[in-house]
Amino acid sequence: MRLAHHLAVASDLIRGDCVEATEFPELAQRYSVMAVPKTVVNDSVSFEGALPEPQFVDNVLRAVKKNGGAS
Amino acid sequence: MAILTERDRTAVTEELGKLAGPVKLVVFGQQLGPGSEYSVETERLVREVAECSDRVSVEVYNLHIDREKAAGYGIDRAPAIVVEGARDYGIRFFGIPAGYEFTNLIDGMQVAASGEPKLSPETLERVRGLTERVHIQVFTTPT
Repeated sequence: MRLAHHLAVASDLIRGDCVEATEFPELAQRYSVMAVPKTVVNDSVSFEGALPEPQFVDNVLRAVKKNGGAS
Repeated sequence: MAILTERDRTAVTEELGKLAGPVKLVVFGQQLGPGSEYSVETERLVREVAECSDRVSVEVYNLHIDREKAAGYGIDRAPAIVVEGARDYGIRFFGIPAGYEFTNLIDGMQVAASGEPKLSPETLERVRGLTERVHIQVFTTPT
């Protein structure tokens, strides 16, 4: 979670939400949250577990590329 | 009864003593319906945290009444906490930040206060190239 919030501060284009899955079961179901932490980026990329910073950022940028944006 | 123990309070006071600037915690809750008890707890927790530092202020809104305010922050469910420093950087918590997430709340407050993310120069360089919005949602459970 820490990384998402620090990235939000690093870029005006990034928003980082920490979502407590048991309090929002519909949302957890929508994103098929079976294990935590689970990270969902722009509804297009998701991964489970706490990743090291470079890999976390890889996934964040992959979501943007998937949407057709620039790297 | 207080949520934070005396020991928690001492630790939070020490951590928030390091805040580099003011922080505003904006809480959106709901008084009725399923899950409203989570809003009550969240507001209590946030107020107890704010009592630990003069640099922390709290604003509480009702998700269903203060719709314009909620829309302005992009909040569509409750309870939600927006952690603002000199400006709104996009730090959000949905649900009670309990257990390990409580540590992240304090960390979020510190980075919002300083405006200086603790990330590698490589990461900062990589996100500088972003040209479109990125919404990161991290699902957690209380531990």
